[in-house]
Amino acid sequence: MWIGGALADEIPRDQRRSGYETMRPETRAMQDSDADNPATLWVLDGEALWNKREGAAGKSCADCHAGAAPMKAVAARFPRFDAARATPVDLEQQINICRRDRQNAPPLAAESHDLLALEAFVAKQSRGDTIEPNREPGAKESIEAGRKLFNERRGQLNLSCAQCHDDNWGKSLGGANIPQGHPNGYPLYRLEWQSLGSMGRRLRNCLSGMRAELWPRDAREYVDIEMYLMSRAAGLKMESPAVRP
Amino acid sequence: MTRALVNVPARAKKGDIIEIKTLISHPMESGYRVGYGGEPLKRDIIQTFSCDYDGAKIFLAQFSPAVAANPFVSFHTVATASGKLVFRWEGDNGFEAEETAEIVVE
Repeated sequence: MWIGGALADEIPRDQRRSGYETMRPETRAMQDSDADNPATLWVLDGEALWNKREGAAGKSCADCHAGAAPMKAVAARFPRFDAARATPVDLEQQINICRRDRQNAPPLAAESHDLLALEAFVAKQSRGDTIEPNREPGAKESIEAGRKLFNERRGQLNLSCAQCHDDNWGKSLGGANIPQGHPNGYPLYRLEWQSLGSMGRRLRNCLSGMRAELWPRDAREYVDIEMYLMSRAAGLKMESPAVRP
Repeated sequence: MTRALVNVPARAKKGDIIEIKTLISHPMESGYRVGYGGEPLKRDIIQTFSCDYDGAKIFLAQFSPAVAANPFVSFHTVATASGKLVFRWEGDNGFEAEETAEIVVE
């Protein structure tokens, strides 16, 4: 068969699988029980931060949101498209927007313990919820930008994300299994990192693996890719905070 | 902040074998790595972990620099009497953490 298209074929819907399904039973068991999942350490810190009054406004997250219950399924709908700012916003950015606009508090640093903790606590409320396709006006453009980036070759190895995660998932890269690359468990505890990490960290990790130049930390490219990956993962269940090898 | 999680069954029958799980947040810096500026990172590990129950030290572990961050330890013991289980972690730079759990044995 002649394959000439610039874009690799997407994984058929009925073959889309969470990375959980290709993990060893021991790693699955770690994710399944809160007592074994190291991410629980962050979730508990996040719960404390959720209820702590912060900033000049003297408000906690819980004061506005009336507890954590309204956060159910929220992480399954992020990133969302912020029409007022004409930009996609991921969960971490939303936390810092809330800190600035509602709490009058300084932003939490990217990848810091407190930001990951809050994100883990919020995302945990969506465990088991199904990822829905984002139908917000404006989201489509961001999804398409992400799809383009996902399929674009980059770096000294001249690889695209799609070459691994669409074309060769299920095979091995060195000793590691190549997953389909779904974002349904972030922030997640990666055994290799010995820490909880964000989607952005995962993307930077892949980029440096391709020997590509990293975008700046706050670049829109990361969120566009995340937006596309969420649309690609529609139908899968949220596992945050997941455990991955 | 240090956070430790211990998981002990709330009730057990006398003579039952029970599983205990513990998890603690700790960087377990091995002392063999260098930082972004090339400076050596000082060793910072938990050295010992112990559990006291029913008047005896029922479990003791010594950790090495090869143990991963956020050490998870699980072990089994025999439920002998109702009371408190006291878990202690001690390590470099004066690190100390203690956590307790109650068990009812009938």
